[in-house]
Amino acid sequence: MKKTRSQLLGTGGYYVICIILAIVFAGPFIWMLSSSLKPANEIFARPPILISPNASFDNYQEVFRQAPFERYMYNSFFVATTVTAVALLLHSMAGYALARLDFPGKRIAFAGILATLMIPFYTILIPLALLMRDLGWLNTYLALIVPAIPHAFGIFWLRQFFLGMPSELEDAARIDGATRVGIFFRIALPLARPVLAALAVFFFLANWDAFLWPLIAANEPDMRMVQVGIQSFTGEHGNAWELIMAASVIAVLPTLILFFGLQRFIVASVKLTGLKG
Amino acid sequence: MSASEPTAAPSLQSRANRSLGQRLQNINRDRLEQVITAYLFLLPDVLGLLLFIIGPMLLALVISFTDWRLTGTPEFIGFRNYEIILRDPKFGASLGRTIIYTLGFVPVVYTLSLGMAVLLTRKGRANFFFRTIYFMPVAMSMVVAGVIWRFMFDPGNGLINESLRFFGLPTAQWTGNVQSAMASVLIVAVWKNVGYFMIILLAGIQDIPSDYIESAQIDGANRWKIFRHIILPLLRPTSFFVITILSINALQAFDQIYVMTRGGPAQATYTLVMYIYEKAFREWNFGYSGAMAAVLFAMILVLTIVQVRYFRSSDERQ
Repeated sequence: MKKTRSQLLGTGGYYVICIILAIVFAGPFIWMLSSSLKPANEIFARPPILISPNASFDNYQEVFRQAPFERYMYNSFFVATTVTAVALLLHSMAGYALARLDFPGKRIAFAGILATLMIPFYTILIPLALLMRDLGWLNTYLALIVPAIPHAFGIFWLRQFFLGMPSELEDAARIDGATRVGIFFRIALPLARPVLAALAVFFFLANWDAFLWPLIAANEPDMRMVQVGIQSFTGEHGNAWELIMAASVIAVLPTLILFFGLQRFIVASVKLTGLKG
Repeated sequence: MSASEPTAAPSLQSRANRSLGQRLQNINRDRLEQVITAYLFLLPDVLGLLLFIIGPMLLALVISFTDWRLTGTPEFIGFRNYEIILRDPKFGASLGRTIIYTLGFVPVVYTLSLGMAVLLTRKGRANFFFRTIYFMPVAMSMVVAGVIWRFMFDPGNGLINESLRFFGLPTAQWTGNVQSAMASVLIVAVWKNVGYFMIILLAGIQDIPSDYIESAQIDGANRWKIFRHIILPLLRPTSFFVITILSINALQAFDQIYVMTRGGPAQATYTLVMYIYEKAFREWNFGYSGAMAAVLFAMILVLTIVQVRYFRSSDERQ
């Protein structure tokens, strides 16, 4: 089918809009990368230099020399993976109980868990910080990990999944004499893999990107998570933008790798968490 | 099943009774196992929620009725913190800025993400590519986004001003100036969030049965009419959800402001959560900070209830 002139114009306009938007959204990433490879005197060169002839990884070496970024990364990795793993297990258990088991107090338990979604984080900031102080957890992994685990959100989505799970497999296992615990671990949990993958990405990103709580709970240089590390590095290095951009690339790289590697799951997690609400 | 049948012979009846008793025992054991498993499964998470969310929430309410600095002991002062809030010009001003921020953020993010979702509804490799690009800022933390944009917003030779000069447009001071600081902070928040909500709206659009749109096309409806009379009305639940989440997020804006401006210059971007944070963790005035947090919480609660009500009532009218 031949396209009319107006259709061609329409497609052309469509791509122009798409490309302009792409520049707006990808531009800052490219500029960050480009600037992180430049020597200091080219940062504000006029006209701006996109690909410097003097590009090198010197700024990255300098960043690691001046601040323990490997330590920040390790902290963030350790905290984010621990929270994700423990949270997924506990939330699956709770979600399974709420969806497939019958027990007194079920409705109240579910309503109470859902109600905690209404509580914004900053309202509990002070009591939580005081609690960490009294437990002696400030500036330890415990303060970063333990309070980040309980989250009604994950429980809710896993409950929704287990509600829709067909009961034939469960029934068959019960006739074979399996216990509920056995059914959960051997049948329900493996079936939940797609939801778990989507939630895992969501939890990992949320914890990797967390700022306000790590800023309060662990601000000692050794215990900083990567976002707090970036923030303090920026504060200490004022206008050394080539270093700040190198540090930013370091902080973003793991999530970008995750992003391109697991995009399917990220999109799934956004849809899961955003849609059927 | 057969135990209650009256026509059964006596010998059968007694056997049925025995098996009924056994079955009851089995049911009891089954029920017990179920209840114990359920409580065991719920225990860790419920304990966690009680200790780290519900408990602190109750404590936060109590704290808001006290005069409590870092060193002294808390002293119960009734509603005095709330009375001070009413007369505190800094509270009023930061609340005003929070509302301005919200009124800027919500419509802009919603309109842009809806527009982009409609733009990318057509399937195909090009659309997948563009969707990936627009979605990229979701993979970046608000802190890093704030840092990069502060760099690009440099009032001297930052990338943004250089680009504006290139096109012969007037440059701006961006975060360095009272007039433009709020807009700068908003631009970053919009840039960071649009892709996320685009995906949600895109999923909503793709859920609309395609025969609705096809039959409208057969009837000769143009793209705008299809958007206005089919997509937009059927997207209402998703739109409602997006707008609610956007307003709740906007009222709590903190990260990018802390990183980009610390509330400045001259408090031009000093939002309510910024004030709550500084009152507690710079001035160590827990009581007053707690009371402000409670007020903001109440406002968000009311807003959510109003939005849910409005959505329900306008839905019934349709």
